[in-house]
Amino acid sequence: MMTRKELDLWVGIFAVIGIGAMLFLSLKVANLASFSAGDTYQIQAKFDNIGSLKVRAPVKSAGVVVGRVSEIHFDNESFEAVVTLNVDGRFKFPKDSSAKIMTAGLLGEQYIGVSPGGDSVNLKGGDTLKLTQSAVVLENLIGQFLYNKAAEGDGKK
Amino acid sequence: MTGRIAELLRALGARIINNWVWRLGFAFRFLWFTLKESGASFRRFHLTIREIYFTGVLSLIIILVSGLFVGMVLALQGYDTLVRFGSSEVLGVLVSLSLVRELGPVVAGLLFASRAGSAITAEIGLMKATEQLAAMEMMAVDPIARVVAPRFWAGVISMPLLAALFSAMGVFGGYLVGVQLIGVDEGSFWSQMQAAVDFREDVLNGVIKSLVFGVAVAWIAVYEGYDAAPTAEGVSGATTRTVVTSSLAILALDVVLTALMFRGT
Repeated sequence: MMTRKELDLWVGIFAVIGIGAMLFLSLKVANLASFSAGDTYQIQAKFDNIGSLKVRAPVKSAGVVVGRVSEIHFDNESFEAVVTLNVDGRFKFPKDSSAKIMTAGLLGEQYIGVSPGGDSVNLKGGDTLKLTQSAVVLENLIGQFLYNKAAEGDGKK
Repeated sequence: MTGRIAELLRALGARIINNWVWRLGFAFRFLWFTLKESGASFRRFHLTIREIYFTGVLSLIIILVSGLFVGMVLALQGYDTLVRFGSSEVLGVLVSLSLVRELGPVVAGLLFASRAGSAITAEIGLMKATEQLAAMEMMAVDPIARVVAPRFWAGVISMPLLAALFSAMGVFGGYLVGVQLIGVDEGSFWSQMQAAVDFREDVLNGVIKSLVFGVAVAWIAVYEGYDAAPTAEGVSGATTRTVVTSSLAILALDVVLTALMFRGT
Protein backbone atom coordinates (compact mmCIF):
# COMPACT_ATOMS: atom_id res chain seq x y z
CA MET A 1 0.00 0.00 0.00
CA MET A 2 1.23 3.43 -0.89
CA THR A 3 1.80 6.06 1.73
CA ARG A 4 -0.28 9.20 1.68
CA LYS A 5 2.76 11.23 0.61
CA GLU A 6 3.35 9.10 -2.49
CA LEU A 7 -0.33 9.33 -3.42
CA ASP A 8 -0.23 13.11 -3.10
CA LEU A 9 2.85 13.23 -5.31
CA TRP A 10 1.25 11.16 -8.08
CA VAL A 11 -2.02 13.07 -7.97
CA GLY A 12 -0.02 16.30 -8.04
CA ILE A 13 1.88 15.16 -11.11
CA PHE A 14 -1.40 14.13 -12.74
CA ALA A 15 -2.98 17.53 -12.04
CA VAL A 16 0.09 19.38 -13.31
CA ILE A 17 0.29 17.52 -16.63
CA GLY A 18 -3.50 17.69 -17.04
CA ILE A 19 -3.49 21.46 -16.60
CA GLY A 20 -0.38 21.57 -18.80
CA ALA A 21 -2.35 19.82 -21.55
CA MET A 22 -5.16 22.38 -21.19
CA LEU A 23 -2.61 25.20 -21.45
CA PHE A 24 -1.10 23.53 -24.51
CA LEU A 25 -4.54 23.36 -26.13
CA SER A 26 -5.30 27.00 -25.28
CA LEU A 27 -1.95 28.52 -26.16
CA LYS A 28 -0.42 26.36 -28.86
CA VAL A 29 -3.54 24.98 -30.57
CA ALA A 30 -5.99 27.86 -30.14
CA ASN A 31 -3.25 30.52 -30.02
CA LEU A 32 -4.90 32.47 -27.24
CA ALA A 33 -1.81 34.51 -26.39
CA SER A 34 -1.28 36.20 -29.74
CA PHE A 35 -4.68 37.83 -29.92
CA SER A 36 -5.61 39.33 -26.60
CA ALA A 37 -9.12 40.70 -26.34
CA GLY A 38 -7.96 43.57 -24.17
CA ASP A 39 -6.72 46.26 -26.52
CA THR A 40 -9.19 46.28 -29.37
CA TYR A 41 -11.46 48.99 -30.73
CA GLN A 42 -14.73 48.54 -32.53
CA ILE A 43 -15.64 50.06 -35.84
CA GLN A 44 -18.76 49.51 -37.89
CA ALA A 45 -19.31 49.05 -41.57
CA LYS A 46 -22.57 48.89 -43.49
CA PHE A 47 -22.92 46.56 -46.43
CA ASP A 48 -25.72 46.07 -48.95
CA ASN A 49 -24.99 42.37 -48.97
CA ILE A 50 -22.62 40.42 -46.76
CA GLY A 51 -22.87 37.15 -48.69
CA SER A 52 -22.06 34.39 -46.22
CA LEU A 53 -19.82 36.38 -43.90
CA LYS A 54 -19.82 34.89 -40.41
CA VAL A 55 -19.20 36.22 -36.94
CA ARG A 56 -15.52 35.63 -36.02
CA ALA A 57 -14.45 35.91 -39.65
CA PRO A 58 -11.03 37.55 -39.94
CA VAL A 59 -10.53 41.22 -40.78
CA LYS A 60 -7.45 41.55 -42.96
CA SER A 61 -5.45 44.40 -44.29
CA ALA A 62 -2.80 43.67 -46.90
CA GLY A 63 -3.44 40.01 -46.13
CA VAL A 64 -2.54 40.29 -42.45
CA VAL A 65 -5.20 39.52 -39.84
CA VAL A 66 -5.82 42.74 -37.91
CA GLY A 67 -9.09 41.84 -36.20
CA ARG A 68 -12.27 39.80 -36.20
CA VAL A 69 -15.92 40.33 -37.01
CA SER A 70 -17.65 40.54 -33.66
CA GLU A 71 -21.27 41.10 -34.59
CA ILE A 72 -23.56 41.15 -37.61
CA HIS A 73 -27.07 42.53 -37.55
CA PHE A 74 -29.67 43.88 -39.91
CA ASP A 75 -30.51 47.58 -39.79
CA ASN A 76 -34.22 47.96 -40.41
CA GLU A 77 -33.92 51.71 -41.16
CA SER A 78 -31.54 51.57 -44.08
CA PHE A 79 -32.12 47.89 -44.92
CA GLU A 80 -28.43 47.20 -44.76
CA ALA A 81 -26.29 44.75 -42.85
CA VAL A 82 -24.30 46.37 -40.05
CA VAL A 83 -21.06 44.55 -39.33
CA THR A 84 -19.09 45.36 -36.19
CA LEU A 85 -15.36 44.80 -36.49
CA ASN A 86 -13.07 44.25 -33.52
CA VAL A 87 -9.74 45.67 -34.63
CA ASP A 88 -6.54 45.10 -32.70
CA GLY A 89 -5.48 48.31 -30.97
CA ARG A 90 -1.96 48.02 -32.36
CA PHE A 91 -3.23 48.79 -35.85
CA LYS A 92 -4.49 52.26 -36.82
CA PHE A 93 -6.25 53.05 -40.08
CA PRO A 94 -7.01 56.42 -41.73
CA LYS A 95 -10.56 57.69 -41.39
CA ASP A 96 -11.39 57.25 -45.07
CA SER A 97 -10.38 53.59 -45.24
CA SER A 98 -12.67 51.26 -47.14
CA ALA A 99 -13.93 47.77 -46.31
CA LYS A 100 -14.55 45.07 -48.83
CA ILE A 101 -15.96 41.57 -48.39
CA MET A 102 -13.64 39.14 -50.08
CA THR A 103 -13.39 35.39 -50.46
CA ALA A 104 -10.29 33.38 -49.72
CA GLY A 105 -9.77 31.23 -52.78
CA LEU A 106 -12.60 30.17 -55.05
CA LEU A 107 -14.77 28.49 -52.42
CA GLY A 108 -13.00 29.56 -49.27
CA GLU A 109 -14.31 31.44 -46.27
CA GLN A 110 -15.26 35.10 -46.56
CA TYR A 111 -13.35 37.82 -44.77
CA ILE A 112 -13.29 41.60 -44.65
CA GLY A 113 -10.44 43.35 -46.41
CA VAL A 114 -9.62 46.84 -45.16
CA SER A 115 -7.86 49.12 -47.64
CA PRO A 116 -6.32 52.16 -45.97
CA GLY A 117 -7.22 55.62 -47.27
CA GLY A 118 -5.20 58.80 -47.21
CA ASP A 119 -6.76 60.80 -44.40
CA SER A 120 -4.44 62.12 -41.70
CA VAL A 121 -6.99 61.40 -38.94
CA ASN A 122 -7.18 57.81 -37.76
CA LEU A 123 -10.29 55.74 -37.08
CA LYS A 124 -11.25 55.42 -33.45
CA GLY A 125 -13.69 53.19 -31.56
CA GLY A 126 -17.32 53.66 -32.60
CA ASP A 127 -16.56 55.07 -36.04
CA THR A 128 -18.30 53.84 -39.18
CA LEU A 129 -16.54 53.05 -42.40
CA LYS A 130 -18.12 55.10 -45.19
CA LEU A 131 -16.78 53.24 -48.21
CA THR A 132 -17.80 49.61 -48.42
CA GLN A 133 -18.06 47.05 -51.13
CA SER A 134 -20.48 44.16 -50.79
CA ALA A 135 -19.78 40.50 -51.25
CA VAL A 136 -19.83 39.15 -54.75
CA VAL A 137 -22.87 36.96 -55.14
CA LEU A 138 -22.35 34.36 -57.80
CA GLU A 139 -26.00 34.37 -58.93
CA ASN A 140 -25.94 38.15 -59.54
CA LEU A 141 -22.70 37.82 -61.44
CA ILE A 142 -24.14 35.12 -63.70
CA GLY A 143 -27.32 37.17 -64.17
CA GLN A 144 -25.30 40.22 -65.15
CA PHE A 145 -23.22 38.17 -67.57
CA LEU A 146 -26.29 36.72 -69.27
CA TYR A 147 -27.91 40.16 -69.45
CA ASN A 148 -24.79 41.62 -71.06
CA LYS A 149 -24.63 38.78 -73.56
CA ALA A 150 -28.26 39.34 -74.47
CA ALA A 151 -27.67 43.08 -74.87
CA GLU A 152 -24.68 42.37 -77.14
CA GLY A 153 -26.80 40.05 -79.27
CA ASP A 154 -29.47 42.75 -79.66
CA GLY A 155 -26.84 45.31 -80.70
CA LYS A 156 -25.50 43.10 -83.48
CA LYS A 157 -28.85 42.48 -85.06
CA MET B 1 -56.99 -12.72 -26.66
CA THR B 2 -57.56 -9.27 -25.19
CA GLY B 3 -56.71 -10.71 -21.80
CA ARG B 4 -53.36 -11.84 -23.13
CA ILE B 5 -52.60 -8.41 -24.61
CA ALA B 6 -53.56 -6.71 -21.36
CA GLU B 7 -51.30 -9.14 -19.53
CA LEU B 8 -48.42 -8.32 -21.84
CA LEU B 9 -48.99 -4.58 -21.51
CA ARG B 10 -49.14 -4.88 -17.75
CA ALA B 11 -45.87 -6.81 -17.67
CA LEU B 12 -44.25 -4.23 -19.94
CA GLY B 13 -45.50 -1.35 -17.82
CA ALA B 14 -44.28 -2.99 -14.64
CA ARG B 15 -40.89 -3.56 -16.20
CA ILE B 16 -40.60 0.05 -17.29
CA ILE B 17 -41.74 1.39 -13.93
CA ASN B 18 -39.55 -0.95 -11.88
CA ASN B 19 -36.44 -0.95 -14.05
CA TRP B 20 -36.47 2.59 -15.37
CA VAL B 21 -38.64 5.14 -13.66
CA TRP B 22 -38.06 3.91 -10.14
CA ARG B 23 -34.33 3.54 -10.65
CA LEU B 24 -34.08 6.95 -12.30
CA GLY B 25 -35.86 8.59 -9.41
CA PHE B 26 -33.63 6.82 -6.91
CA ALA B 27 -30.59 7.83 -8.96
CA PHE B 28 -31.55 11.50 -8.67
CA ARG B 29 -32.21 11.17 -4.92
CA PHE B 30 -28.84 9.42 -4.60
CA LEU B 31 -27.09 12.26 -6.49
CA TRP B 32 -28.71 14.76 -4.14
CA PHE B 33 -27.45 12.83 -1.09
CA THR B 34 -23.99 12.60 -2.63
CA LEU B 35 -23.84 16.35 -3.21
CA LYS B 36 -25.20 17.03 0.27
CA GLU B 37 -22.56 14.86 1.91
CA SER B 38 -19.78 16.28 -0.28
CA GLY B 39 -18.95 18.98 2.26
CA ALA B 40 -18.24 16.33 4.88
CA SER B 41 -16.00 14.40 2.48
CA PHE B 42 -14.12 17.54 1.39
CA ARG B 43 -13.08 18.13 4.97
CA ARG B 44 -11.13 14.88 4.66
CA PHE B 45 -9.81 15.65 1.20
CA HIS B 46 -7.13 12.95 1.26
CA LEU B 47 -9.92 10.45 0.64
CA THR B 48 -10.70 12.19 -2.64
CA ILE B 49 -6.99 12.46 -3.49
CA ARG B 50 -6.69 8.71 -3.00
CA GLU B 51 -9.58 8.11 -5.39
CA ILE B 52 -8.13 10.55 -7.93
CA TYR B 53 -5.05 8.36 -7.86
CA PHE B 54 -7.08 5.24 -8.64
CA THR B 55 -9.39 6.76 -11.25
CA GLY B 56 -7.18 9.43 -12.81
CA VAL B 57 -3.52 8.56 -12.44
CA LEU B 58 -3.98 4.87 -13.19
CA SER B 59 -6.01 5.74 -16.33
CA LEU B 60 -3.16 7.88 -17.67
CA ILE B 61 -1.42 5.17 -19.66
CA ILE B 62 -4.49 4.03 -21.59
CA ILE B 63 -5.60 7.65 -22.22
CA LEU B 64 -2.19 8.85 -23.40
CA VAL B 65 -1.49 5.86 -25.64
CA SER B 66 -4.94 5.82 -27.25
CA GLY B 67 -4.82 9.61 -27.72
CA LEU B 68 -1.56 9.25 -29.58
CA PHE B 69 -2.93 6.49 -31.81
CA VAL B 70 -6.21 8.29 -32.52
CA GLY B 71 -4.30 11.42 -33.53
CA MET B 72 -2.05 9.37 -35.80
CA VAL B 73 -4.98 7.65 -37.49
CA LEU B 74 -6.76 10.98 -37.96
CA ALA B 75 -3.67 12.41 -39.64
CA LEU B 76 -3.27 9.41 -41.93
CA GLN B 77 -6.93 9.27 -42.93
CA GLY B 78 -7.32 13.03 -43.15
CA TYR B 79 -4.26 13.42 -45.34
CA ASP B 80 -5.55 10.77 -47.71
CA THR B 81 -8.75 12.76 -48.33
CA LEU B 82 -7.34 16.28 -48.13
CA VAL B 83 -4.55 15.66 -50.61
CA ARG B 84 -7.17 14.93 -53.29
CA PHE B 85 -8.37 18.51 -52.97
CA GLY B 86 -4.85 19.86 -52.79
CA SER B 87 -5.35 21.22 -49.30
CA SER B 88 -3.13 18.98 -47.21
CA GLU B 89 -1.93 21.98 -45.19
CA VAL B 90 -5.27 22.13 -43.33
CA LEU B 91 -4.46 18.72 -41.83
CA GLY B 92 -3.65 20.43 -38.53
CA VAL B 93 -7.10 22.01 -38.48
CA LEU B 94 -8.81 18.70 -39.15
CA VAL B 95 -6.87 16.84 -36.48
CA SER B 96 -7.12 19.50 -33.79
CA LEU B 97 -10.77 20.42 -34.32
CA SER B 98 -11.97 16.83 -34.38
CA LEU B 99 -9.98 16.06 -31.24
CA VAL B 100 -10.74 19.17 -29.21
CA ARG B 101 -14.43 19.30 -30.08
CA GLU B 102 -15.44 15.66 -30.26
CA LEU B 103 -13.00 12.83 -30.01
CA GLY B 104 -11.08 14.10 -26.99
CA PRO B 105 -14.05 14.32 -24.62
CA VAL B 106 -16.01 11.40 -26.11
CA VAL B 107 -13.30 8.76 -26.53
CA ALA B 108 -11.62 9.75 -23.26
CA GLY B 109 -15.06 9.50 -21.63
CA LEU B 110 -15.69 6.04 -23.07
CA LEU B 111 -12.25 4.83 -21.98
CA PHE B 112 -12.76 6.42 -18.59
CA ALA B 113 -16.13 4.70 -18.19
CA SER B 114 -14.69 1.27 -18.96
CA ARG B 115 -11.40 1.75 -17.13
CA ALA B 116 -12.40 3.69 -14.01
CA GLY B 117 -16.21 3.63 -13.90
CA SER B 118 -16.38 -0.15 -13.89
CA ALA B 119 -13.75 -0.30 -11.15
CA ILE B 120 -15.72 2.14 -8.97
CA THR B 121 -18.91 0.12 -9.43
CA ALA B 122 -17.21 -3.18 -8.69
CA GLU B 123 -15.54 -1.77 -5.58
CA ILE B 124 -18.69 -0.23 -4.09
CA GLY B 125 -20.75 -3.27 -5.13
CA LEU B 126 -18.34 -5.64 -3.40
CA MET B 127 -18.28 -3.43 -0.31
CA LYS B 128 -22.03 -3.76 -0.24
CA ALA B 129 -21.96 -7.52 -0.89
CA THR B 130 -19.47 -8.06 1.93
CA GLU B 131 -21.55 -5.80 4.17
CA GLN B 132 -18.81 -3.25 4.67
CA LEU B 133 -21.25 -0.45 3.96
CA ALA B 134 -23.65 -1.80 6.58
CA ALA B 135 -20.75 -2.08 9.03
CA MET B 136 -19.90 1.58 8.46
CA GLU B 137 -23.46 2.58 9.19
CA MET B 138 -23.27 0.55 12.41
CA MET B 139 -20.23 2.62 13.39
CA ALA B 140 -22.15 5.82 12.61
CA VAL B 141 -19.95 6.49 9.56
CA ASP B 142 -22.03 7.66 6.63
CA PRO B 143 -21.03 5.42 3.70
CA ILE B 144 -22.12 8.11 1.24
CA ALA B 145 -19.72 10.65 2.72
CA ARG B 146 -16.94 8.12 3.32
CA VAL B 147 -17.15 5.94 0.19
CA VAL B 148 -19.43 7.40 -2.46
CA ALA B 149 -18.72 11.16 -2.48
CA PRO B 150 -14.90 10.91 -2.77
CA ARG B 151 -15.25 8.54 -5.73
CA PHE B 152 -17.82 10.76 -7.38
CA TRP B 153 -15.69 13.88 -7.07
CA ALA B 154 -12.55 12.05 -8.13
CA GLY B 155 -14.31 11.12 -11.37
CA VAL B 156 -15.58 14.67 -11.90
CA ILE B 157 -12.10 16.14 -11.32
CA SER B 158 -10.15 13.55 -13.32
CA MET B 159 -12.28 13.50 -16.45
CA PRO B 160 -11.54 17.03 -17.85
CA LEU B 161 -7.83 16.56 -17.18
CA LEU B 162 -7.83 13.19 -18.94
CA ALA B 163 -9.78 14.57 -21.91
CA ALA B 164 -7.36 17.50 -22.26
CA LEU B 165 -4.43 15.07 -22.12
CA PHE B 166 -6.11 12.89 -24.73
CA SER B 167 -6.58 15.85 -27.09
CA ALA B 168 -3.07 17.18 -26.54
CA MET B 169 -1.61 13.73 -27.14
CA GLY B 170 -3.76 13.35 -30.27
CA VAL B 171 -2.56 16.67 -31.67
CA PHE B 172 0.99 15.52 -30.98
CA GLY B 173 0.30 12.20 -32.74
CA GLY B 174 -1.16 14.06 -35.70
CA TYR B 175 1.93 16.25 -35.78
CA LEU B 176 4.20 13.18 -35.70
CA VAL B 177 2.44 11.49 -38.61
CA GLY B 178 1.48 14.59 -40.59
CA VAL B 179 4.67 16.61 -40.34
CA GLN B 180 7.40 14.14 -39.50
CA LEU B 181 6.22 11.12 -41.47
CA ILE B 182 4.19 12.45 -44.42
CA GLY B 183 5.94 15.78 -44.71
CA VAL B 184 3.18 18.39 -44.48
CA ASP B 185 4.77 21.81 -44.02
CA GLU B 186 5.28 22.37 -40.31
CA GLY B 187 4.61 26.12 -40.39
CA SER B 188 1.25 25.84 -42.13
CA PHE B 189 0.29 22.83 -39.98
CA TRP B 190 0.49 24.95 -36.83
CA SER B 191 -0.55 28.33 -38.22
CA GLN B 192 -3.67 27.02 -39.96
CA MET B 193 -4.55 25.20 -36.75
CA GLN B 194 -4.07 28.32 -34.66
CA ALA B 195 -6.14 30.39 -37.07
CA ALA B 196 -9.04 27.93 -37.07
CA VAL B 197 -9.26 26.80 -33.45
CA ASP B 198 -10.92 29.29 -31.15
CA PHE B 199 -10.35 29.25 -27.41
CA ARG B 200 -13.88 29.86 -26.21
CA GLU B 201 -15.75 28.17 -29.04
CA ASP B 202 -13.65 25.03 -29.32
CA VAL B 203 -11.30 24.49 -26.39
CA LEU B 204 -13.60 25.72 -23.63
CA ASN B 205 -16.61 23.89 -25.06
CA GLY B 206 -14.52 20.72 -25.17
CA VAL B 207 -13.64 21.15 -21.51
CA ILE B 208 -17.31 21.74 -20.64
CA LYS B 209 -18.22 18.57 -22.53
CA SER B 210 -15.64 16.51 -20.68
CA LEU B 211 -16.83 17.92 -17.35
CA VAL B 212 -20.42 16.93 -18.15
CA PHE B 213 -19.27 13.45 -19.19
CA GLY B 214 -17.25 13.20 -15.98
CA VAL B 215 -20.32 13.97 -13.87
CA ALA B 216 -22.42 11.47 -15.87
CA VAL B 217 -19.89 8.62 -15.68
CA ALA B 218 -19.05 9.16 -12.01
CA TRP B 219 -22.72 9.42 -11.08
CA ILE B 220 -23.70 6.27 -12.98
CA ALA B 221 -20.71 4.35 -11.57
CA VAL B 222 -21.33 5.16 -7.90
CA TYR B 223 -25.08 4.69 -8.29
CA GLU B 224 -24.80 1.28 -9.97
CA GLY B 225 -22.35 0.17 -7.31
CA TYR B 226 -24.54 1.35 -4.47
CA ASP B 227 -27.66 -0.14 -6.04
CA ALA B 228 -26.05 -3.49 -6.95
CA ALA B 229 -27.66 -6.65 -5.65
CA PRO B 230 -25.33 -7.87 -2.85
CA THR B 231 -24.30 -11.03 -4.66
CA ALA B 232 -21.45 -11.95 -6.99
CA GLU B 233 -23.93 -11.98 -9.85
CA GLY B 234 -25.36 -8.63 -8.85
CA VAL B 235 -21.93 -6.99 -8.80
CA SER B 236 -21.02 -8.35 -12.21
CA GLY B 237 -24.37 -7.20 -13.61
CA ALA B 238 -23.90 -3.74 -12.10
CA THR B 239 -20.41 -3.43 -13.58
CA THR B 240 -21.73 -4.31 -17.03
CA ARG B 241 -24.59 -1.86 -16.65
CA THR B 242 -22.17 0.90 -15.67
CA VAL B 243 -20.16 0.51 -18.85
CA VAL B 244 -23.23 0.20 -21.10
CA THR B 245 -25.25 2.99 -19.49
CA SER B 246 -22.40 5.46 -19.24
CA SER B 247 -21.29 4.83 -22.83
CA LEU B 248 -24.83 5.48 -24.01
CA ALA B 249 -25.13 8.51 -21.74
CA ILE B 250 -21.87 9.96 -23.08
CA LEU B 251 -22.95 9.59 -26.70
CA ALA B 252 -26.48 10.91 -26.06
CA LEU B 253 -25.21 13.88 -24.04
CA ASP B 254 -22.69 14.54 -26.78
CA VAL B 255 -25.46 14.93 -29.33
CA VAL B 256 -27.32 17.36 -27.07
CA LEU B 257 -24.22 19.38 -26.16
CA THR B 258 -22.98 19.52 -29.75
CA ALA B 259 -26.39 20.74 -30.91
CA LEU B 260 -26.31 23.45 -28.25
CA MET B 261 -22.69 24.50 -28.75
CA PHE B 262 -21.96 24.29 -32.46
CA ARG B 263 -24.89 25.55 -34.41
CA GLY B 264 -22.78 26.91 -37.23
CA THR B 265 -23.42 30.61 -36.68
